[in-house]
Amino acid sequence: MQDSLKSSSYQQLEQKSKYTNMFLRWFLYFMLILFASYFIFPLYVMVVTSLKTMEEIRQGTLLSWPSGLNLESWAVAWGGRGYGAGDTFLRPYFWNSIKMVVPAVFFSTFIGAMTGYVLTKWRFKGDQWVFLFLLFGCFIPFQAILLPMARTLGVLGISNSVIGLVLVHTVYGIPFTTLFFRNYYISVPTELVKAARIDGAGFFKIFFKILLPISAPIIVVTVIWQFTQIWNDFLFGSTFSFGEAAPIQVALNNMVLSSTSVKEYNVDMASAIIAGIPTLIVYVLAGKYFIRGLTSGAVKG
Amino acid sequence: MFKWLEKNLPKIVMAPAVGLIGWFVYGFVLWTLYISFTNSKILPKYELWGFGQYEKLWASRKWLIAVDNLLIFTALFLIFCVVIGIILAIFLDQKIRAEGLLRTIYLYPMALSFIVTGTAWKWILNPTLGIQKMFKDWGFENFTFDWLVDREMAIYTIVIAGVWQSAGFVMALFLAGLRSVEDEIVKAAKIDGASLFTVYWKILLPMMRPVFFTSFVILVHISIKSYDLIVALTQGGPGISTTMPALYMTQTAFHKSQVGLSAASAMMMFMAVAAVIIPYLYSELRRENAR
Repeated sequence: MQDSLKSSSYQQLEQKSKYTNMFLRWFLYFMLILFASYFIFPLYVMVVTSLKTMEEIRQGTLLSWPSGLNLESWAVAWGGRGYGAGDTFLRPYFWNSIKMVVPAVFFSTFIGAMTGYVLTKWRFKGDQWVFLFLLFGCFIPFQAILLPMARTLGVLGISNSVIGLVLVHTVYGIPFTTLFFRNYYISVPTELVKAARIDGAGFFKIFFKILLPISAPIIVVTVIWQFTQIWNDFLFGSTFSFGEAAPIQVALNNMVLSSTSVKEYNVDMASAIIAGIPTLIVYVLAGKYFIRGLTSGAVKG
Repeated sequence: MFKWLEKNLPKIVMAPAVGLIGWFVYGFVLWTLYISFTNSKILPKYELWGFGQYEKLWASRKWLIAVDNLLIFTALFLIFCVVIGIILAIFLDQKIRAEGLLRTIYLYPMALSFIVTGTAWKWILNPTLGIQKMFKDWGFENFTFDWLVDREMAIYTIVIAGVWQSAGFVMALFLAGLRSVEDEIVKAAKIDGASLFTVYWKILLPMMRPVFFTSFVILVHISIKSYDLIVALTQGGPGISTTMPALYMTQTAFHKSQVGLSAASAMMMFMAVAAVIIPYLYSELRRENAR
């Protein structure tokens, strides 16, 4: 008797908690979707605005759907209107960015792999201090090196050039790439290296035969991190280059600010998407690696 | 000779990295420090001038506005990013459907540059055709949202865009933290009759202390260095109402040609970052050594 009473009230309780649970579940999904729309909203607005004519923009609202697939502002953003001087468009600057990003990512990744390798597998006295010495470079506010860097680039004769930016991004990428590779190689058993050394393998052979073949994940993380950082950089780009050597973020900013006559928001938005799309594609394709880099190296602003 | 080379090869391989960082980071910071004690204008001068530039800096109204803005921005940026980040992480941690998709959506702004973000938000927030017009067209005739052109409120538009960009990142940090907690702890608490709320509030969040710490350091770091977002969104305006230290530094150096003064402002930023980073590095190293 008592037992059955107990179980029926328990059932009631269970029933009740099932309803509250269902309610909580719905609330949970509602909130998640609400937040998702907040994050999606600017991207949506950018895309639809870029597809509208200026007339449509004035008539409609931010959210209104474009009348058709009007790609003209994309063409203008990418290739200009073709009236020569004063006609700024992104294509040349997009290539500047590519020319800057590819060597800078390559060199900084390579140097980082080497230093990470030495710091973990060829340890020497005081190597921890060397690591700390390099690591500190992740944290400095770049304002503290801007003035001497500008002068140095001038002295070297590479200010306002893509080469100058490659140098800058390579150097200030080294602390991060070193951090990534060092933290990865530290978990590789040193016994492997020791055994290879006994077998007579040298410094570079061990690196290329043992470590490099297992480095794919960390190379991907590092390359994605460096690519995103360098592609998105504005401070160095705007300080050390102007005019024709400018990378895409600088060009985008100039385009948006310098519209002399009527503001063409549709062209602005198309330009912004063009400047953002390479990193966005990388993020969507390799999100896992992107996040890994972010959580282990995101001290840079 | 060959033997010496072989023996020292690792150090030789390290040398370029150490040399480059030694010169371009440490050397340059020291140079900036030195210049901040000189009366350099357009070209650097090397006679020492004492603390003159720092006195000038802290007497400048624009710098004081910049510091004020930095404090407001940092406080709000931190609070909103952390609160939104934690809420999203906890929500995503409830074994929900389409978690991967939602996570991708929450984090994608981190892949964009601040210039792209600023350009987008500048368009959304512009009073003539942006959000304000949208609400007016929907029938809210009296709706005004013109912070972007309002001296008092413009700084908050930078907060809005900054939080949008970085909140997902805090979510990722906390989600990783929550996932690393062993299931047994949560199960045991539930068996003891703890509600889900209690589990998070009393058990899991207190365990996330290191994640709070990391988020704090990274967000403060981002905010001290924030430059691009302001350039793209307000250029420090209206007037000078949204100036921040990083903007002050580049403007003083490259538009006003006050090299000494801008070096002093750069060193102030350097010290602010150091005050946050050094304790962080210290505790991280201690944690690593304890392992």
